Amino acid sequence: MRSEQILGNLERKHLTDLLAKGKRVDSRDFMEVRPIEILPNVIKKAEGSAMVKWGKTVILAGVKTTLGTPFPDTPNDGVITVNIEISPISSPAHESGPPGPEAVEIARVVDRGIRESKVIPMKDPRLCVIPGKKVWILFVDIYVLDDGGNIIDAAALAAMAALANTRLKKVEIDEEGEDATLLEETEPLPRNGSVASMTYAKINDYIVYDPNLNEDRAKNARFSLAITNEGIVCSMQKGESGVFTENEIETLLDQASIHVKRLNDLIEQTSQTGEFNEMFSI
Amino acid sequence: MNNNKQSPLLLEDGRRLDGRQFNELRPISMSTGVLERADGSCYLTWGNNKIICAVYGPRELHPKHLARPDRAIVRVEYRLATFSVGERKSPAPRRREYELSKIIAESINSIIFLEKFPNGTVDVFITVLDADGGTRCAALTAASLGLADAGIPMRGLVTGCAVGKIGDNIVVDLSDVEDKEGQGDMPVAMIYNTGEITLLQCDGKFTTNDVKEGLKLAKEAIHDVYQMQRKAVIAKYSKIEELSKDTNDEEE
Amino acid sequence: MSILVERNQLVIPGEIIARGSGLKTAGGVYRREINNQTEIVASMIGLAQVRNDRVGVVPLEGCYIPLEGDIIIGKITRVGITSWNVDIRGPYVGMLRVGNVIDRDFDSLRESIDRILQIGDIIKAEITYFDRTRDPVLTLHGRGLRKLTSGRLIEVDPVKIPRIIGKKGSMIQLLKNMTGSQINVGQNGRIVLKANNIDLENLVERAIRKIEAEAHTSGLTDRIRDYLEKEKERLSNRSNKDE
Repeated sequence: MRSEQILGNLERKHLTDLLAKGKRVDSRDFMEVRPIEILPNVIKKAEGSAMVKWGKTVILAGVKTTLGTPFPDTPNDGVITVNIEISPISSPAHESGPPGPEAVEIARVVDRGIRESKVIPMKDPRLCVIPGKKVWILFVDIYVLDDGGNIIDAAALAAMAALANTRLKKVEIDEEGEDATLLEETEPLPRNGSVASMTYAKINDYIVYDPNLNEDRAKNARFSLAITNEGIVCSMQKGESGVFTENEIETLLDQASIHVKRLNDLIEQTSQTGEFNEMFSI
Repeated sequence: MNNNKQSPLLLEDGRRLDGRQFNELRPISMSTGVLERADGSCYLTWGNNKIICAVYGPRELHPKHLARPDRAIVRVEYRLATFSVGERKSPAPRRREYELSKIIAESINSIIFLEKFPNGTVDVFITVLDADGGTRCAALTAASLGLADAGIPMRGLVTGCAVGKIGDNIVVDLSDVEDKEGQGDMPVAMIYNTGEITLLQCDGKFTTNDVKEGLKLAKEAIHDVYQMQRKAVIAKYSKIEELSKDTNDEEE
Repeated sequence: MSILVERNQLVIPGEIIARGSGLKTAGGVYRREINNQTEIVASMIGLAQVRNDRVGVVPLEGCYIPLEGDIIIGKITRVGITSWNVDIRGPYVGMLRVGNVIDRDFDSLRESIDRILQIGDIIKAEITYFDRTRDPVLTLHGRGLRKLTSGRLIEVDPVKIPRIIGKKGSMIQLLKNMTGSQINVGQNGRIVLKANNIDLENLVERAIRKIEAEAHTSGLTDRIRDYLEKEKERLSNRSNKDE
């Protein structure tokens, strides 16, 4: 294990002493989120992309689209797959190599939020172009570039923002309905609303929203939920070895319903703006 | 200079498809210290290429059996992001990425004072976020800045630029389409201050004179790119300099 | 012999600082022979210095290289039978033997050393021995050396530590006096600070970050003094309003 993964006992004590006084190390309230910025349309080669700067965490998501055959058990559905690379670029603690269990869990949690929320209508004829034969396949790939804590929420936001800025090539179907040709003209990826993720970290008996790097390392348990812009909970994930009480979960459900609005608003504000953005202003 | 009017890569007036002259570089920008966690970092854009580089080190080497008792080792990971290319690429590295990682590492090996850190490692992670031809030279140029930003003692910066052949002419800095449709591609990297060549490859059909002409053209381009590297470093400190008064030295 | 740069000029690796014979070097540079001439060349990003016939570069970036006598702040990363591994930042891992921590005899068969120091513990230690071929050796025997049990730990660029301490400790003294805080500085770029309240602690951290960022400029001590005065006034105004 790399020494960077070990949280110093002094740092842990400092953090928990402050929590006992009702304070956090970065002066936030327990339920306060860090500053968030979404930069859409940052990658020219991608059909959709967004960079999210969330506190000190920086995450880039790109969407690539390809027209292909549907899965045999869902012949009338477009396909979406979510992958995350917690790149060694992002932290001295992250090793290189294929995604480990931590990365796979985050990818699946982000995927679940998007899939179960149905914000991307998979059966829409713009996605299911020729039922049973040709559907759009969306690859959502998330790269963590700087790990400042709470990767789950920032990754989910980047993925949603990238999808909200994805454009599909228009398709012309031949007379027999057998084959489809791609045109140069594009249209926005069909979308009904949006979904966002909220993560709460439990440190001893205290629960904080949007853990920063040290809070992430100090936490005993975490609870993440994905909620749509209509207030529907479509995914939950309790993580780590600590536990929550029923009361705590109920409180967090109420909190998350408040927190989600800001995130879904940000998605709408940065959707299909059409303008290209520079990732790191020089 | 030949003027093959039939080359689809040249316009009627002899300019290249993107309007450039034969010796013209695409627009390039660089900045260092863009990442919080990394010891050193650089974000570089070169035409439509967008490259992020993070450097960690010198640091302890895991696994220990790779360590060398007389010097640090250099490990480079050059990767293309899945969405950086036309057709989505699987995240697993391909052979090209392994080859480029190796030759970039070898280029870096020749400039770092590795003997200062026995048993250690210098880890360089490069991801191409948007690709448009000439990525290995751009990646090496970015890595150089990332290493300097991390405070790794070096003989000098490495600077890269590819030259190539289109329509029987030697040109500088091929774009993606020129690389794919042209007659040849020749990436070059040098330590600008000494003129030493640390990276040299080619694929295509060149006469020996073509190669010599290409090297000359590359050297001129590398001069320009080096000036940009230098400016990028100085810019980071000048911004802060502006805030301070210009009084006499008072301590140290 | 010719000096090719101005004093305190910002240089990058590969730039020639001086040319000729009879030149002595300080840090941040290397020597090169070209055409029977000696060149002194920068090996780091930093400020060129010529002092007492020594040519060198004061680096603005760099990792921590241990020096015997350095006081550092380390983190226990491994507990052995009679020694601990200590992360001191940088490529070298410190070694701390139980004999350099306690004064009494130690029986490894009956006692486990993690009752003395555990993984994650933060210690203020001195480097007693270092050569590049072996791990640096640490000790907790010495004035002020001990496990640190309270305060805020921050990490800064090790090359900026001299600036944070200041000439004869002037900068660190200024920080302590103006905020009433305790500040433990490790040469390896770790600092543990403690003040009476969180606002003052935040202020000390901000001031340290400011020194870190502006380390290459002159007039810094005065500017930090002004900054602390202004910020303290702002804090007291704010608390007056709250009452």
